[in-house]
Amino acid sequence: MRAKVQVFLKPGVLDVQGKAIEGALHGLGFPGVDHVRVGKTIEFDLPAGDTAAAEADVRAMCEKLLANTVIESYRVEVA
Amino acid sequence: MKAAVVVFPGSNCDRDCAVGVERSTGAAVEMVWHGDAALPSGLDLVVLPGGFSYGDYLRCGAMAAQSPVMKAVVQAANDGMPVLGICNGFQILCEAGLLPGALLRNEKLKYICKPVDLEIVNGNTRFTAGFGERRTARMTIGNGEGNFFADEETLDRIEGEGQVVFRYAGENPNGSARSIAGIVNAGGNVLGMMPHPDRAFEAELGSADGGILFKSVLG
Repeated sequence: MRAKVQVFLKPGVLDVQGKAIEGALHGLGFPGVDHVRVGKTIEFDLPAGDTAAAEADVRAMCEKLLANTVIESYRVEVA
Repeated sequence: MKAAVVVFPGSNCDRDCAVGVERSTGAAVEMVWHGDAALPSGLDLVVLPGGFSYGDYLRCGAMAAQSPVMKAVVQAANDGMPVLGICNGFQILCEAGLLPGALLRNEKLKYICKPVDLEIVNGNTRFTAGFGERRTARMTIGNGEGNFFADEETLDRIEGEGQVVFRYAGENPNGSARSIAGIVNAGGNVLGMMPHPDRAFEAELGSADGGILFKSVLG
């Protein structure tokens, strides 16, 4: 099984990288670009088994290490 | 008096902290490797130094917060031991859950290295009592992610409880919420701050105010 975790700053947290990229894209002639958010993707293998249990494990990993829930939210996919 | 400075892979202010504490207080300083499971006995202060622990991988301080020695530091902090986290050390304390909030990328995205004037918001902590009636201090900041963030409710709470210890006086250099530069935990024994007392412990460095802080906590 492969786990995919996406981590983004929460909506209320200023994403200064996103802002800088947005400004650069406007400068490159894409004026319609709005609300750019920069996040990260973390992927890893898990032993084959129950998908729901694996997803619960990955969520625990997010809470403990992969995301800082003070500032970040996360999405988990296990397939 | 005895202090320990924790050395993580990528710490780069560990020697500064050791020399700063030794010279300004006369305390014996022991360096503690991040992989150690226990702290030395008889400590009066633990310092988490600045730098780029674990290369800032994942998030600043995130990996260091999981290192073996941090279990002992959290235990000691919960037992009342004074713990001082400077710069990356502040980030580690937040990641370890010993302090509220988090440090974000600086508002203008720049790494900032310069002396700053600080307002001593709470002069009654064990870290700031040595400043007496003084309500200002000067120290250097050097960070790319020093933008303190916490939700409004948390900010109101820590302000109300006197947990905000230092604020940037005048210009807010990095976008920190309410210009916060340093906070203590509810118990008052864990201080995290972005400015470096370890770069301001004698007049030849431009300021000796960091020395006052070290003397205050180890006095």
